[in-house]
Amino acid sequence: MYPATATAELIHTPLRERFRSVRKESTTVPLRTDEDVVHLRRQVRERALAIKLSLVDQTKLVTAASELARNTIKYGGGGEVLLERLDDGMREGVALLFIDGGPGIPDLDLALTDGYTSGGGLGLGLSGSKRLVDEFEIDTRVGEGMAVSVAKWKR
Amino acid sequence: MERIPILRMGDLLLVTIQVDMHDRLAMTLQDDLTQRIVDDSAKGVLIDISALDLVDSFIGRMISNTAAMARVLDATTVVVGMQPAVAITLVELGLNLVGVKTALNVERGMALLGKSFR
Repeated sequence: MYPATATAELIHTPLRERFRSVRKESTTVPLRTDEDVVHLRRQVRERALAIKLSLVDQTKLVTAASELARNTIKYGGGGEVLLERLDDGMREGVALLFIDGGPGIPDLDLALTDGYTSGGGLGLGLSGSKRLVDEFEIDTRVGEGMAVSVAKWKR
Repeated sequence: MERIPILRMGDLLLVTIQVDMHDRLAMTLQDDLTQRIVDDSAKGVLIDISALDLVDSFIGRMISNTAAMARVLDATTVVVGMQPAVAITLVELGLNLVGVKTALNVERGMALLGKSFR
């Protein structure tokens, strides 16, 4: 697997193309262990605070990050997450790009169904985090890995 | 190993979660609580989550499972102090903590468990 910053440039989905022109600072956080998830939650909270997201929106974004980070570790065998600050001149936001080199998802619609799980969890990770963010996009290649892109804008 | 302390007060067990829990810590707490219910013949478990700024599906499931295990062992669990932003996020995520008793604060939680401070 390439480093997240390099991989991010290879992803040409509509959402990534849009973010590319408005992103500002970015950082990469590795996702291998339980502790990495806790560390990421803190980093996301700091980013959300920096652009003054409301407490509810902070909580939603951090919770979504926690769910997606766990997926990256549990199903993707670990990976990285790229944190970006977005600013399109009108509003600011925080974007997160989760990248893993795992098996990918063969049936995306099924994976996005509430309660569906392939790993004994509650099946709320993907579908639930989608509800918690403003932007959500999955780019998956079976056998190669996947990239989950989310963002929350300041209201 | 890192552990969350469990206090005993009469036939109640009290837990205050004050750290940002990683998954293994949550599982350890679930196991420890279940064991202590039996060891201390506890009738009630009060879990204070007022210091938690996040409850995701894993922590939510740990809370639900703990309550279910406690019930099977003849103990009642009450979760107290959930922050409003956490409650909003939890429900939007799709977690309803079905079967878990909740109270706004420790005092009301104790009342729910049939205890009084006097």
